[in-house]
Amino acid sequence: MEDNVVLTARGITMTFPGVKALENVDFTLRKGEIHALMGENGAGKSTLIKCLTGINDFEAGEIHVDGISGPVRNHSTKDAQEVGISTVYQEVNLCPNLSVAENLFIGREPMTKFHTVDRRSYNKRSQKIMDELGISVDVTQNLENYSLAIQQMVAIARAVDMDCKVLILDEPTSSLDDEEVEKLFSLMRNLRDKGVGIIFVTHFLEQVYAVCDRITVLRDGQLVGEYPIAELPRVKLVAAMMGKNLDDLAEIHKESIEDVSKNPLEISAKGISHTGTIKPFDLDIHKGEVVGVAGLLGSGRSELARAIYGADKASTGTLSVDGKEVKINQPIDAMNLGMGMLPDDRKAEGIIADLSVRENIILALQAKRGMFKQLSRARQEEIAARYIDLVQIKTADQETLVKQLSGGNQQKVILARWLATDPDFLILDEPTRGIDVGTKSEIQKMIVKLAGEGKSILFISSEIAEMLRTCNRMAIMRDGEKVGELDHDLTQENVMKAIAGGEQAQ
Amino acid sequence: MKNKTRLNGNTILLLITIVLFIVLYAGGCIAYGSKGFTHTQTFLNILITNAGLICVTCGLTVVMLTAGIDISVGALIAMDCMILAVGMRSGLNAIVMVLIVLVIGVAFGLFQGFLVGYLEIQPFIVTMAGMFFCRGMTAVICTEQVSITEQTSALFYKWANTKITLPFGGYLNNKGKYLAPYVRPGVIVALLLLIVTFIMLRHTKLGRSFYAIGGNAASAAMMGLNVKKVKLCAYMLSSIFCSIGAICYCLNTMAGSVSQALGLEMDAISSSVIGGTLLTGGVGNVIGSFFGVLINGTISSIVKTNGKLASSWPNILTAALLFLFIVIQSVFAMMRNRKK
Amino acid sequence: MNKQSTWQKIKGWSLFLPVMSLLLVMAVNIIHDIYIGANPLSFFMITLRQTTGNGTILYGRIIDILNRGSEVAILSIGMTLVVSSSAGTDISVGSVMSLCASFCCMLLAGYGVSSTTTLARPLLVGILGGIAIGVLCGMFNGTLVAYFGIQPMVATLILYSAARAIGLLLCNDLIVYIRNDSFGFFGGFLGLIPTPVVIAAICILVVALLLKKTALGMYIQSVGINAKASRIAGLNSKRIIFLTYMLCGLFAGIAGIVASSRITSADSNNIGLYFEMDAILAVALGGNSLGGGKFNLAGSIIGAYTIQAITTTLYALGVSSTQAPVFKAIIVILIVAIQAPPLKAYFKKRSAAKQVKGAAS
Repeated sequence: MEDNVVLTARGITMTFPGVKALENVDFTLRKGEIHALMGENGAGKSTLIKCLTGINDFEAGEIHVDGISGPVRNHSTKDAQEVGISTVYQEVNLCPNLSVAENLFIGREPMTKFHTVDRRSYNKRSQKIMDELGISVDVTQNLENYSLAIQQMVAIARAVDMDCKVLILDEPTSSLDDEEVEKLFSLMRNLRDKGVGIIFVTHFLEQVYAVCDRITVLRDGQLVGEYPIAELPRVKLVAAMMGKNLDDLAEIHKESIEDVSKNPLEISAKGISHTGTIKPFDLDIHKGEVVGVAGLLGSGRSELARAIYGADKASTGTLSVDGKEVKINQPIDAMNLGMGMLPDDRKAEGIIADLSVRENIILALQAKRGMFKQLSRARQEEIAARYIDLVQIKTADQETLVKQLSGGNQQKVILARWLATDPDFLILDEPTRGIDVGTKSEIQKMIVKLAGEGKSILFISSEIAEMLRTCNRMAIMRDGEKVGELDHDLTQENVMKAIAGGEQAQ
Repeated sequence: MKNKTRLNGNTILLLITIVLFIVLYAGGCIAYGSKGFTHTQTFLNILITNAGLICVTCGLTVVMLTAGIDISVGALIAMDCMILAVGMRSGLNAIVMVLIVLVIGVAFGLFQGFLVGYLEIQPFIVTMAGMFFCRGMTAVICTEQVSITEQTSALFYKWANTKITLPFGGYLNNKGKYLAPYVRPGVIVALLLLIVTFIMLRHTKLGRSFYAIGGNAASAAMMGLNVKKVKLCAYMLSSIFCSIGAICYCLNTMAGSVSQALGLEMDAISSSVIGGTLLTGGVGNVIGSFFGVLINGTISSIVKTNGKLASSWPNILTAALLFLFIVIQSVFAMMRNRKK
Repeated sequence: MNKQSTWQKIKGWSLFLPVMSLLLVMAVNIIHDIYIGANPLSFFMITLRQTTGNGTILYGRIIDILNRGSEVAILSIGMTLVVSSSAGTDISVGSVMSLCASFCCMLLAGYGVSSTTTLARPLLVGILGGIAIGVLCGMFNGTLVAYFGIQPMVATLILYSAARAIGLLLCNDLIVYIRNDSFGFFGGFLGLIPTPVVIAAICILVVALLLKKTALGMYIQSVGINAKASRIAGLNSKRIIFLTYMLCGLFAGIAGIVASSRITSADSNNIGLYFEMDAILAVALGGNSLGGGKFNLAGSIIGAYTIQAITTTLYALGVSSTQAPVFKAIIVILIVAIQAPPLKAYFKKRSAAKQVKGAAS
């Protein structure tokens, strides 16, 4: 092992049923550096981190940690902590109802001679730790009294005090404001100078360039490369993350996309926002148009769609559908206006796992008709059969539980659910994520076909290539804000530049 | 600024509880002063009557801190009292019987704690079964009421009738005789247990672990606490404290019967909630719970002193208070979530 | 190999647990009958019997079980829906039963009257009044659970303790007797058959029809399995949870009237005592997960009658009514323990280890 290297991972491979999550991935972390781990959804970032921290048991490869002879294999986060690898997540893993000092020392409290916890001693020590790290808190206060930023810093302080050599920060900044982020960064720099190796996972490009020394990029479970920060400008980073020639399978040509800008408006959003997730935006969608939303994960691309659909009720702004101003309080209102939404988190918000394929397909249509107008069993079976055939769902029969299908087929079931309601406007949030290439191109073709029938579609994806093939126009999202639209010169390069942003300003 | 953060929702709840108790008690004094409500003894009688409940509530507070619940306590008291009564009737020594009851508490708590902690069964279901079991077992031991008299156990009888007089707060009755205020041994036991629980919760590793697990069990596990073991301890403590409470309870009733302490679990839970313990776990302390018991006791005492109010009023009022506190807790929780 | 797969199929059948338990109880009865030298099949015998009050009626142990089990069967309908939609239990049903009975009898007898032979109000007013109170209680619980987001058990704890006490208050701390045949009808006989059996059958039928002819069943399961996804698909998750609690209150009201009519009085302290436990047990015994989601109403109903069969059997074996809970407790623990995830994981690991061993050798 090199002198200044604190952690190396060599040839890490890990498969989940049906998916190769990591394939022969190498990773090196040096002492006193902040190392960004970048990649889009499904790239394998979290899997790699879970392998390092002992949550995942990888199949092949070796991990070495400075100061420990032989390869390290952790089986729990506790094991990982003992070899000096600590993780701080976005969701702080502390107890909010205990004091800051207690959170620092719980499980390893100093004791008095009466076998009681020595509160005075650990309060003093805690205050010293926090002062040294430059975090101004009263350690006797309950943790819940402090902002999320401080809570994260306490979690970091706990890790540091437990002699961690490798500190993993997993999207710590997602819910912090600018000032809090700056505080966190100065703490990170402070630790770096003390020789701690920090792995920083984030979706915010700005932050990577503000604080990191080195970047490792993963894509589709494989290592793309490791770069010093100076050698990887933004556009190149985005290109590395998203890949250029990902799939050229779909036989869809740009020429087939008609000009629909003269069509009447289906959706017109003015100043819509949702407090805390997305800043006010305007968006027009014509009938028969496919509008893509491009941006990195966490850029607000899903939140934009959710605010329109009423999944998160819009805090401000007005929405017009078909020229009429409407009010949407919850999804059913949007559905009654002819909308449908395929959410990005299939498991949490898409499928009803324990219901059958038939029930999952007719659910939205039934909800629209109301409880008392039940579709007859024969009708249900007819609809289910039609859409199973139409979107080509591979299932043993209609009564198979949807949880028994593969991811791609589950996604098709949800697509079928919405097609069954015959929507005028369909939101597809990452419809092709985590599914096989064949299904991907089927879904892309379906999008073009639907648009040809006069339906409007909002298409969100982290693969620019597939949006280029299907979209008339693209909205560009960055850091919770819609920063622009592209309607001509839709090329990979232009879109990436727009997503990366800030290049010109530098 | 600092003061503001210190005065968070939970402290406010505790304050409301204490103020509520003072207001209730003062109201009782004003309304029923002529019926002797102002005498120190009235207050002490509340303690005497509720000595058992105080012990039970201490244990239940511990369980609730871990975000659990134990509804077996009322039935366990009935079973313990029956065992005490039957054991002493068959000539066993009072001290032996007390030890037996404590051992039963430990065993019963271990079993419930195992089911909750290690098999991860919902606490409500486990302790509901425990409640069934104890209540039924009481009937299996003896279906009739068994009294403890001076003949069955002179020692236990002596304990029950011991008056511990206090050096202050006495008054002259209408015949001009000085009546010194007194408490029973049960009160001393209950107050000692209260202090022990307070110290345990505040100053020991185990006590802080209860809070940690109730605050966020997943985090607590990540920070290296043995969540299963701590949960087991909580249910064990609850059953032990309940058995100690059963002895205090039995000193008052001097009998064992199937229908004894019916619904006592409700009194204990409501006392604890009114005292500021969050049902979602992690927040609360026994001092609040103690005031919760006092509020319940004061309500009963006022209804009793009035003499004309129906006997179900204490239950209804307690439930109303419970409702109020649960809604306040839920509103505080919503506000906290919104702030985030 | 083939045999095993048939066994697996039977084990996988949704009514496996309740039917199995019912068969087990019957077996115990038959063995007991043989042991005491009675006709081995006397458990199943139904005969006609002349009574002084009710004319000719059907008589037999099965009829008795169907009759006595009516209240729990009615309650278990509502409880099944509540468990499915909210993954929690309504522990107030027994107490609410008592309140409904008290309110009904108070309306019929007039406030403060402890015994009456003539009704103060039309019978229907009393019955509907009692049931309406049940619905109101259900709405109260539903509001707390669905809209305030309070854990079901905690929310229903309030009425668990208050409802019975309010009932006592309505009856002025008395046991109100309604010695009037028209009121006694609901706990008496309709021709040959006990009326409670008919009422339970009607309730079951109505709900079964409701589940078959409307989308309610799918809505409830959908919300119980994944409330977030259901919302995105256009269901109003909160309203559906509220509705299940309201229905649960409704059935508690009906059960309360039946229980009260059976003893032609409102005995606030004893009506519905421990019935919440029986109802929850019926749901669990019916093979339904207490974690919510998919439900099987038929299972719960069979579960309810199984519990009554257990109780009746215990009585036949000489166990008193106060001692019977011991056995119920053991059954509850056995049922939930075999469903406990850590235990399941443990057995899975063991059988996997066995397989590996088998493969190695």
